[in-house]
Amino acid sequence: MSETEIAIIGAGPAGLSAGIAAAESGAKVCLIDRNLEAGGQLFKQIHKFFGSSKHFAGERGFLIGRKLLESCNKLAVEIHLQSYVGGIFPEGKIMMVTPHGTEIIQAQKIILATGAIEKSLAFPGSTLPGVMGAGAAQTLCNIQGVQPGKEVLMVGSGNVGLIVTYQLLQAGVNVVGIVELASEIKGYGVHSAKIRRLGIPIYTQHTILEAKGNKKVEKAVIGKIDQNQKIILNSLKEFYVDTICLAIGLNPLAELAWMCGCHFDYKPALGSHIPWHNPYMETNIKNIYVAGDVAGIGEATIAMEEGKLAGLAAATSLGYYNHAFLEKQRSNIENDLKNLRR
Amino acid sequence: MDKGYLKTGAPTLEELQMLPGYPTRNRMEKGPVAVIECMQNIPCNPCEASCPTRAIVIGEDLSRRPILNEKKCIGCGKCIAACPGLAIFIVNLNYSETEALIQFPYELLPLPLENQVVDAVNREGVIITKGKVKRVDIKPSYHHTPIISLLIPKEYAEEVRGIARRKENGS
Repeated sequence: MSETEIAIIGAGPAGLSAGIAAAESGAKVCLIDRNLEAGGQLFKQIHKFFGSSKHFAGERGFLIGRKLLESCNKLAVEIHLQSYVGGIFPEGKIMMVTPHGTEIIQAQKIILATGAIEKSLAFPGSTLPGVMGAGAAQTLCNIQGVQPGKEVLMVGSGNVGLIVTYQLLQAGVNVVGIVELASEIKGYGVHSAKIRRLGIPIYTQHTILEAKGNKKVEKAVIGKIDQNQKIILNSLKEFYVDTICLAIGLNPLAELAWMCGCHFDYKPALGSHIPWHNPYMETNIKNIYVAGDVAGIGEATIAMEEGKLAGLAAATSLGYYNHAFLEKQRSNIENDLKNLRR
Repeated sequence: MDKGYLKTGAPTLEELQMLPGYPTRNRMEKGPVAVIECMQNIPCNPCEASCPTRAIVIGEDLSRRPILNEKKCIGCGKCIAACPGLAIFIVNLNYSETEALIQFPYELLPLPLENQVVDAVNREGVIITKGKVKRVDIKPSYHHTPIISLLIPKEYAEEVRGIARRKENGS
């Protein structure tokens, strides 16, 4: 069994920011991540981020990821990769499955920065190979350097759907269109405008009805819906596609918080059931903090601010920062978050 | 037919002309000027920081839309690549008798070549005229967002906002 002062589960934008904020104080910090590399979703974000020019605005996500990792390395933050946390036990014992076997880490403070998972959708043919999350297609293009297909239908016009559509086009993949159930486009107008300029249609008040094909996706059928959410029968359209991407939202990965006995609130606007936390990101279970998508689905910029706050708070409660410093930081971060959450 | 950016994804000229970042026709006729097609309250301000003449103002509240002071704008185009939303263009109606020069970001490969005649598209991606590529600028400060300068017939200056996607063979 190894010991640490602050263990952070998840090394995405929230976890890395928490690790930096805590390690800068001198606290002993370790990060645990189940993936091959740290960085979470940052390394597949090849677009420039919105935000304040004081922070990382205008920078592409993967470059922000590199900067965060560099800071962690400078601070000698320990990062356990390919390590899957299977359970958190009382008194801060974390059980993780690593490539070397099962290990226990004893931590005084735990920050859950586990992120989120893409929502799925059931429709006839939705189990055919070729139906995938938009984030999965983005990983294929931007991390693996592999086109997920040649012709794609995107389901969902939120920022993920719009941005991944743009990035598929950049990867040389054609997108036949975006389907949106609502009567209005969900993502930012500047994102929709840039893919419209590239000739991609957006079908509002439409839904995916069926994926057709022999052993793989060969066609997608979409239909228009009326005000009563009924399909208008003569509105069906068929597209020859080999890939259908689902960008219909994210769910927080909150299993560990449930396991710890955290109190949850149901907040549909933030993605689902969200662990309650105080203004310092600490849950009702003492010494357990949350940050990033697990504390409410949002942009990476929000995750980084929340992570920083959780890291500062955890380090302060160990005596590494004084309370006046934490208060000042908290009020700054709270202001920034208010701006970003709008 | 539904219109407007919330329905179709593409803003209409009428929607854009109401924006605080959209310059007057009169100003475009005097020379290059930034056209800021940022419709919503996005918490974002790199355009403001990029402007050497402080012609773009957002202020303390990040989510306010950029306001263009068209008298201060010198049309330098630094804001084009700074905008993460790729929503800023330069329009110059004072280029020649018949042609307008527009500048826009283009992040797809293959890039067009200088002096090449290409299909120019409007905000809905529809090819509406031909344009001649005057320049393709790639500078370190653009952070991998190439800026294309395109000469087009003057009458399309407020419609053309890009070029059609191109095939690998350069067509």
